[in-house]
Amino acid sequence: MTEAREPLWEVFVRSKRGLSHNHVGSLHAPDAEMALRNARDVFTRRMEGVSIWVVPSAAITASSPEERDPFFEPAADKVYRHPTFYDIPKEVKQL
Amino acid sequence: MAASLSTEGLQQEFDRLVADDQRIEPRDWMPDDYRKTLVRQIAQHAHSEIIGMQPEGNWITRAPSLRRKAILMAKVQDEAGHGLYLYCAAETLGVDRGELIDLLHSGRQKYSSIFNYPTLTWADVGAIGWLVDGAAITNQIPLCRCSYGPYARAMVRVCKEESFHQRQGYELLYALTHGTDAQRAMAQDAVNRWWWPSLMMFGPPDTESTHTAQSMAWRIKRFSNDELRQRFVDMTVPQAEVLGVTLPDPVLRWNEDRRHYDFGECDWDELRRVVSGEGPCNRQRMEHHIAAHDEGAWVREAAAAYAAKHAAVDAAA
Ligand SMILES: [Fe+2]
Ligand SMILES: [Fe+2]
Repeated sequence: MTEAREPLWEVFVRSKRGLSHNHVGSLHAPDAEMALRNARDVFTRRMEGVSIWVVPSAAITASSPEERDPFFEPAADKVYRHPTFYDIPKEVKQL
Repeated sequence: MAASLSTEGLQQEFDRLVADDQRIEPRDWMPDDYRKTLVRQIAQHAHSEIIGMQPEGNWITRAPSLRRKAILMAKVQDEAGHGLYLYCAAETLGVDRGELIDLLHSGRQKYSSIFNYPTLTWADVGAIGWLVDGAAITNQIPLCRCSYGPYARAMVRVCKEESFHQRQGYELLYALTHGTDAQRAMAQDAVNRWWWPSLMMFGPPDTESTHTAQSMAWRIKRFSNDELRQRFVDMTVPQAEVLGVTLPDPVLRWNEDRRHYDFGECDWDELRRVVSGEGPCNRQRMEHHIAAHDEGAWVREAAAAYAAKHAAVDAAA
């Protein structure tokens, strides 16, 4: 029996007010509304969330793992972007 | 920007990540056998969660109180959720859920042998929660550190939910062992029947387990079947004492030298029989799953038709 495959959705849940939505997993559903309902049943049966996003997996553009090193390289040699790079005189109690 | 790494280089990077206790993620390069092993294991795990709904689902309409019924429904619903987490984890490896379900239906993929035993009395629901979910937890906790990221993350969610499963089973049995003589006898009978099949859930003994060494090298598995079985026995014996039931093993006793319980040998022929399809309920479980899948087809078709219609309306607007 061959059935049309339901699209895949990525599910993001905001666990409480003040926090951002986090990726919790994925699921299949025929449309966005069903995806939301399924996500509620699959990922928030114990009040794990106050808000859910569902995003079609196909809509995500990801950096490729093979490009990892060159892609992220520009950040690798810029230690001066971190506060620990700077020497501050000891006399300064708090900065 | 095509990757110029040779297979050898990719293999080295994979080995380094595994040795470093890092996680392999879906789009990383991985050896074909690693992928195949994971697909087989995660699919079998997913099937087990789904088939595992049947023996307990059998008692939902006959639960002795509304409280017990609500608990049992929540537990069985959790198992459905576990199946879904796991099918999605398997799909990150490039297989399709429909394909996996076909493989289950045609008998080419298996599920845990434990679910081929019948639930004869209400006490079986308690014995399953305490022993079967207890054994599952023992298996699953180390899987939270499995080298494959999506599987490990699914296990973290599953383990959080499992502890209620075990506790409700234990509480249910405790109520029976502190009830009438008939209830006590029912609890003991259930424990007698579920004890050995629960020990078999950890798989064949290490001397016969074909996949263990490779799975441990890949850090999919962290402990051998026998180690986990011992851990489960050590944990469970004191719980049985508090419960007031005996475990059906005449050689079970504390070994002060080993600081572990000694216990008898499982009937490995029985395990082989059940795995190869000759357990008491294999046919029934599969027929039920196929029927539920087929009878639900119209719901999926209707939902797809509805989605297609609305997509067309939205496109026109
Ligand atoms: Fe489960
Ligand atoms: Fe469970």
